[in-house]
Amino acid sequence: MADPAPIDPAATHETASHKHGRPLVACAWDPAGKWIAFSAEDATVHRLTAAAGAAADLPGPAHDSWPWALRFSPDGTRLFSGGYDGRLVAWSLGEPAAAAWLVTAHDGWLRGLAVSPDGTTVATCGNDRTVKLWRGADGGALATCPGHESHVYAVAWHPDGQRLVSCDLKGFLKEWDAAGAPVRDLGRAEALWKYDTQFRADIGGARTLAFRADGAQLAVGGITAVTNAFAGIGHPAVCLLDHADGTQALLLEPKEKQQGVCWGVAWHPQGFWVSVAGGGGGGWLRFFKPGEAGEFHALKLPANGRGLALSPDGRQVAVALADGTLRTYGMFAKTA
Amino acid sequence: MPAFDSPACGSAAHRLSRRALLGGMAAAAAGGIAGRPALARAVAGSGKRVLQIFLHGGVSQLESWDPKPGTATGGPFRAIPTSVPGIHVSELLPFTARQMHHLGLVRGMAGGSDDHARGQREMFSGRDQPVPLDVPDLGAVVAKACLADDFPLPGHVLIRGGGGGPGSASALGPRYAGVIMEDAKPPAFTDRPAGLSAEAERRRAALRARLDARFTGRRRTADTEAYTFSHEQALDLLDRRQVFDVGLEPERDHDRYGRSEFGRHCLMARRLLEHGVPFVQVNHSNYDTHFENFDFHVEQLGEFDRPFATLVEDLATRGLLDDTLVCVMSEFGRTPRINAGYGRDHWGKSWSVLLGGAGIQRGAVVGKTNADGTEVIERPVDHGHVFHTVLCAIGVDSAGSFHVGGRDLPIADPAKGPITELLA
Repeated sequence: MADPAPIDPAATHETASHKHGRPLVACAWDPAGKWIAFSAEDATVHRLTAAAGAAADLPGPAHDSWPWALRFSPDGTRLFSGGYDGRLVAWSLGEPAAAAWLVTAHDGWLRGLAVSPDGTTVATCGNDRTVKLWRGADGGALATCPGHESHVYAVAWHPDGQRLVSCDLKGFLKEWDAAGAPVRDLGRAEALWKYDTQFRADIGGARTLAFRADGAQLAVGGITAVTNAFAGIGHPAVCLLDHADGTQALLLEPKEKQQGVCWGVAWHPQGFWVSVAGGGGGGWLRFFKPGEAGEFHALKLPANGRGLALSPDGRQVAVALADGTLRTYGMFAKTA
Repeated sequence: MPAFDSPACGSAAHRLSRRALLGGMAAAAAGGIAGRPALARAVAGSGKRVLQIFLHGGVSQLESWDPKPGTATGGPFRAIPTSVPGIHVSELLPFTARQMHHLGLVRGMAGGSDDHARGQREMFSGRDQPVPLDVPDLGAVVAKACLADDFPLPGHVLIRGGGGGPGSASALGPRYAGVIMEDAKPPAFTDRPAGLSAEAERRRAALRARLDARFTGRRRTADTEAYTFSHEQALDLLDRRQVFDVGLEPERDHDRYGRSEFGRHCLMARRLLEHGVPFVQVNHSNYDTHFENFDFHVEQLGEFDRPFATLVEDLATRGLLDDTLVCVMSEFGRTPRINAGYGRDHWGKSWSVLLGGAGIQRGAVVGKTNADGTEVIERPVDHGHVFHTVLCAIGVDSAGSFHVGGRDLPIADPAKGPITELLA
């Protein structure tokens, strides 16, 4: 068997697509490699077999609003979905799949969730300004973490599994230990927030949050340089913060300042950041090398991107799109 | 045009004779501003008022008064029950939902503009735009109708928190033009300069009055009357500046209304209405959510809901709601279709307005949209009908006319009438 083509982001191309009837809002890739999950504006959650692309609805009704956040357990046996209905649902991915448990996790929108590296704890965050921890096995409540002063948009576990970080609408970051006790304020992704005095509203926040594999750096994705909040006139950006002291190391921005928001960011095991954006400038996948503010490659998508997930082998990226398609892209040269 | 003395709104309680109206207007025209129209005397005696909350930029009907959960256009929010069985509103309005028994809904707004400026003019003036004449806006008309002769405060106040306004008084004259309170602060130039004592000010005013009387004795015109009125109103405002000081309201009420800008503005509105100001407009800005409509409606309606509901509740418990018409409106609604940036765009074809309080059938819903909210399928109405309805609800014969400059100026669009099903 021939060696697979080497990873080459500049050669990224579409490998498969799956059409759903309604716009998608999120996607996730099973760490065990078997499934890709996506969710949509019709409040449904689905799984695809990553190899064959066959889709199946997960049995509902579990959500009655948009399932905004999706994450698999590390062993791929469970999928967790969190929705704007405030619910957190654990899906057992046997045959047939079934909801293992459901809790009303937040008062108002649940905006983000993250599963601890050992799979035992699920962290969620939402518009009630809290971060909460849940037992992955049965949904038992473990901790409620107040402290944010605005809606909490995203949460991510540090790779060491001993702590997690949350970020709110105004870009403030907080670090918590694995039991939910506050550890420290971790700076601010200030470039990703502004109060628009004309419209009298806040715009910004962490639309996505991801650690670098070594845990030394944290990527916060969102929108920056906003000149008109209500028209989305601003461009996508990723604020890289040093985890040690929360200072901004770099602001990743598109070389051509297409309008939009960064809705997903991930650290690729071969040492670069991958981001997806959507907005007035259309959908884009962008690839950034460490230490460089501008992308080294960008790929225009057929519609606005709304979420991304890397395959566990790092060869593909799945993108949830506003046109109702889930597409996968191979980061290697096409073979004849 | 209906016959004189016809009850335009189908209720004798709403009747004001056109004869009395024209007579009053003629007197006003002949005698200047001091000659109060019969219209004003009759309605002012009833103590009616109007509170207009204007949600600038165009609030989404789907995220407020006409939710469509579970549909392609419905967005992520759920509908919640209200204090009126069978009526549901968006989950973004939990406090307002509990006050729904004081309020009514118009869910059949149609035929409106998709342009901000035009939509605002249409909602403020009740006329299709463009109109050949510069017609007075709702605030001026209400002030004209309700202002008592000896009322010392402005009849038309805008508490501005963003957005435009106040509306034009047009030919009705400066007395009925809106006075602006920026951020609930007293109107500009109503504090006495530090170097001017009260006694010096009194002597100045007396001198001005003597000179004014000598001049107007020979050359009295509408302009000199307006000039004199402006001075007298300014002096009245100086004497009653505390009316505009929301800081004099109890701390517990500031807590109840919330410590936001809009909360302070709603508390200020209560204070003005309690002092008898006939027309109080509060702007809340901004709802022009082409991008991330849902996030922004969480933010904006989260700010709107509690203060507004508290104000409605207070008006009811203090016995003011029977005499105070409440309306919540925008220049248009927002598109049922959700765009690729999670936004909604301008939409005048099927949207909603809230009316309540004085003269309104509480808990009523008039008009209906289809399943996905893209069109009105029952009782379509527009800005003209709403304008008539507001006036009829406070007892003004909206089919009547002002007599200005020797000609009749219809109070409201003669081609339209009130939404009678909504009137009590």
